[in-house]
Amino acid sequence: MEMVNIKLNGKPLQVKAGTSILKAALTDEIKIPALCAHDDLDAWAACGLCVCKVEGSPKMVRACATEVVEGQNYITHDPELQEIRTTVLEMILSNHPQECLTCGRSNTCELQSLAGDFGIREIPYEMDIKDIEADKSTPSIVLDPRKCVSCGRCALVCQQLQNVWALEFLERGHKTRIAPAGGVLLNESPCIKCGQCSAHCPVGAIYEKDETRKFLAAVRDESKHVSVQIAPAVRVALGEAFGMEPGTLVTGKIYAALRKLGADSVFDTNFSADLTIMEEGSELVHRIKNGGILPQITSCCPAWTDYMEKYANDMIPHFSTAKSPMMMQGVMTKTYYADQIGTKAKDIYTVAIMPCTAKKYEITRDDNMWASGEQDMDLVLTTRELARMIKAAGICFDCLEEEDADSPIGAYSGAGTIFGVTGGVMEAAVRTAYKLVTDNELEDLNVHAVRGMAGVRKGVVDFAGTDIKVAVAHGMAHVEEILNEVREAKAKGEEPPYHFIEVMACRGGCIAGGGQPYNTNDTVRAQRVAGLYNDDEKSVTRRSHDNPEIAKIYKDFLGAPMSHKSHELLHTKYQERPIYSK
Amino acid sequence: MAVKNYVLVCGGSACESAKGNDIYKSLLHQAEVQGVSNDLQIVKTGCFGFCEKGPIVKVLPDEAFYVEVKPEDAEDIISENIVKGRMVDRLLYKEEGKKEYKPENIKFYQKQKRIVLRNCGLIDPESIDEYIARDGYLGLEKALFELTPQQILDELKKSGLRGRGGAGFPTGLKWSFTQRIDADQKYVVCNADEGDPGAYMDRATLEGDPHSVIEAMIIAGKCVGADKGAIYIRAEYPLAIKRLEIAMDQARERGLLGDNILGTDFSFDLEIRLGAGAFVCGEETALLASIEGKRGMPIPKPPFPAAKGLFGKPTVINNVETYANIPVIISKGGDWFARYGTEGSKGTKVFALTGKIKNSGLIEVPMGTTLREIVFDIGGGIPNGKKFKAVQTGGPSGGVLTEDFLDTPIDFDSLISVGSMMGSGGMIVMDEDDCMVDVAKFYLDFCVEESCGKCAPCRIGTKKLYEILSKISQGKGEIEDLQKMKDMGQAMKKASLCGLGQTAPNPVLSVLNAFEEEVLEHINDGKCRAGKCKDLVQYSIDESKCIGCTVCARKCPVNCISGDRKVAHVIDQSRCVKCGACYDSCKFGAVLVS
Repeated sequence: MEMVNIKLNGKPLQVKAGTSILKAALTDEIKIPALCAHDDLDAWAACGLCVCKVEGSPKMVRACATEVVEGQNYITHDPELQEIRTTVLEMILSNHPQECLTCGRSNTCELQSLAGDFGIREIPYEMDIKDIEADKSTPSIVLDPRKCVSCGRCALVCQQLQNVWALEFLERGHKTRIAPAGGVLLNESPCIKCGQCSAHCPVGAIYEKDETRKFLAAVRDESKHVSVQIAPAVRVALGEAFGMEPGTLVTGKIYAALRKLGADSVFDTNFSADLTIMEEGSELVHRIKNGGILPQITSCCPAWTDYMEKYANDMIPHFSTAKSPMMMQGVMTKTYYADQIGTKAKDIYTVAIMPCTAKKYEITRDDNMWASGEQDMDLVLTTRELARMIKAAGICFDCLEEEDADSPIGAYSGAGTIFGVTGGVMEAAVRTAYKLVTDNELEDLNVHAVRGMAGVRKGVVDFAGTDIKVAVAHGMAHVEEILNEVREAKAKGEEPPYHFIEVMACRGGCIAGGGQPYNTNDTVRAQRVAGLYNDDEKSVTRRSHDNPEIAKIYKDFLGAPMSHKSHELLHTKYQERPIYSK
Repeated sequence: MAVKNYVLVCGGSACESAKGNDIYKSLLHQAEVQGVSNDLQIVKTGCFGFCEKGPIVKVLPDEAFYVEVKPEDAEDIISENIVKGRMVDRLLYKEEGKKEYKPENIKFYQKQKRIVLRNCGLIDPESIDEYIARDGYLGLEKALFELTPQQILDELKKSGLRGRGGAGFPTGLKWSFTQRIDADQKYVVCNADEGDPGAYMDRATLEGDPHSVIEAMIIAGKCVGADKGAIYIRAEYPLAIKRLEIAMDQARERGLLGDNILGTDFSFDLEIRLGAGAFVCGEETALLASIEGKRGMPIPKPPFPAAKGLFGKPTVINNVETYANIPVIISKGGDWFARYGTEGSKGTKVFALTGKIKNSGLIEVPMGTTLREIVFDIGGGIPNGKKFKAVQTGGPSGGVLTEDFLDTPIDFDSLISVGSMMGSGGMIVMDEDDCMVDVAKFYLDFCVEESCGKCAPCRIGTKKLYEILSKISQGKGEIEDLQKMKDMGQAMKKASLCGLGQTAPNPVLSVLNAFEEEVLEHINDGKCRAGKCKDLVQYSIDESKCIGCTVCARKCPVNCISGDRKVAHVIDQSRCVKCGACYDSCKFGAVLVS
């Protein structure tokens, strides 16, 4: 790797060629203030806070967007820079409501923290706040233009990482705002509710719709049995809100916290991830054996499903009809589990703790989400909302004794837990499909071909002599590459290039979902991924079909995968949706 | 058959809108009626530059220079000048106080040197033959058949040509960056997105001599190895667009554009891209984004367009005036060009001279000419006996220069050293009736509207500076506002992403620097000495001077002035909107401003 020798404030430093001044400084623990720069994005150079000096040049440069050059001495901090940055910060603050106390980003706000670091005590300039109402049209996220600092992160995420283009820069100059093109509401826009905008926003201008009060109301309602499930990715991220390292596995503590918060039963989405594998794996084997439409494409990510229904609905026949684990868990809670405890669907209130904002949308996305006769899932809370509830309830998260999930829909295999990471659904499916196709067990359960962080990963898995071709994509911008291969083969009348494709909307998969704790970057992603793979490694069972509660639910209730009952309760349909609904 | 006379009619936008086309048609008609059609050629040319006196008609070889011509004057021009061979005295331009017309005595032209505008006002811009007759496409011929790309670069470097768009980057160096990169595709782009208030140098060049830009772009393509080019021009320049299109078609017909130019293996073609008139699209990275169909917002440099430009490919991008210099630099040589101008700034510069100046118009002067020469010799000084106050160069990016700087030689470096900049060539002259707070406010208002909104210092700073200036102009300013404006101005200069934001505070900072006293008067005394800040002004009528002529009462748009004929008038202060119409219309100095 080519290295360059530079100086930072006179001190020699060697960094990789192509490094920005901002990142070079970080290697020496020097923090240059910045509000728009984000590791996930190309430098946008909007905020103006990261200006630095290059010795010998009268002009200042943006540290985020300037690659270091051999031999240069960069001044990152001096009194003049301090003054300029303070003025720019004061200017930004004069456009930002001083509502920290009631803002969802209080304590996690990057602007608040900069204002603190710079010791801003008053804003010398006249306050000027946009008079635009917040867009609360989606069930998932709220866009509050008044708080927007126009850093552009959300729009770049929506366009570059997600290829969705729901968010655009509208108008010019001081009237600039970020909103869907044409001035339509988010709900009428191409928005897929992935919430990556909210996860990247440095301030409280885009945030998950907070529904924690609904949870409190439900647990206070004596007539309701409140049943909570937690998604795979939550267990390796929630700890961050309590000062733990990313990737720390806190499953047992979450179960305990939920019971303290008033949950009557605590289940795990990982159980129904195993159930999904039984259905989706069987569906795949059925398609392969019976000349069905291939490739089969995963459907457990609601943001991806929404994207497909809007942008790629020619893929509907390829979509697995299996519902997402969360929805399966919901309907099993309101049918199978309701029977077990002798109650009715209407008396159960189902709550899911999810790393995802799109899950809030998914629970009412169409009529199939009422398979139990009632709304199968009543409430979705994100990891961030759960963290707040735990804090508000005065629970010492760190002190909690680990507990177990309830039975009979709480046990999970290692295959279920890796659903939270890109490639994990594929890997879990391979472990079971191998058994279904060959009647033998896969020897090495770690399917390395589908692991990793490359945006698109393609591989071949040997099913005892039969090559099963698979592909994995994450980050919506990567999906078209694979879909186009499928389309091309179809147009030419060739064999499908793949048997099975896994897609997750967010980079890294659910571990970096739009509802996860803030400050996610690839380093944090890697830690959370490692957390889930560790959970898999140390699991007693690592294959979905080995989960004893899975065997039991088929024996006692569902019959067999793809049975009539399964189809009624666990499968769904898709529809074309307009990209702009207005 | 050789014609005896040429009648040149200005066909620039300004003269056209003042019935230039009717004059042209009337001349044709009169020539026909009076039977002299075969003796003359009537040509609609580009801008003569002397817009103050337009529409202009020039008759050659007599050198008769007719000004403020009307269509009905065509009869006299034909009957007198063409048929009888004597100039129409009443239409001839005469210097102030002079009764006689002498072509060599027109002061407006005496200190000018026309390189960029060499063909403007001389040839029919819609005729490639006339361009060729004036040595057009000689430079291209030389570039194609005699020079290597390196030799083209050498000529440019020898010429010392620096980009005329504002920053003054050496053109040869810029081209060499693109030339030495190996790439499957390169582009040549012309920035014709002229947007400074009051500036029209590029429009006039394109309207008057479109081939000069086209020829230069082909030379650029040959030099750097590009086969495609685009001219980005604002859609509100319809005449320039039309003439460019005609010129491009003619060039294609002659094999000067398209495949295998003049039989060589070099191919190059051009297209026109229309801009919607956003000032920021004059910034090169925003311009390229706009061509690509994206929102016009600047991106950080480096990488510079020379290495990574249009569609990510190496791109030469220059403005109209820069290109217009190039054909003659190549045909006559870099050394010839370097004879003009100063040590650091070679050649000439075109300015749009406007404001409180007798001879407003388009001028081209050698670099190094002083502001005094421009304002007082070429421009003829300040009209109506008013006193010179300042000249603004560089438009919204530049600053105001006071009398103390009138002897500053105009070149890139001197202007920057005195706190202004060359900009693209707008030059606005102000007199004692101009309020400097108002001037700064005007430019900030422009920048508030034209900031793209991407980067915080510019987006917020322009608005805040404007708001503070508004406060001051209303008499509500505070002394702390001066420091606030300086702080923000400094932050904008240093931390804005592109030239628009980096230079937007210049008008304010230069006013604070040169006219602090006047600004303080607004703040401390609630006084606007120029009477421009309406909130600080009260108009009244001096009874001893008013003769009761009623002119002011008739001019008043809200009818708040009353009084009988031959009796002193009175202004009803409660209804006065402070438009100043009474003050401007009173010939007896009876309207007082306080």
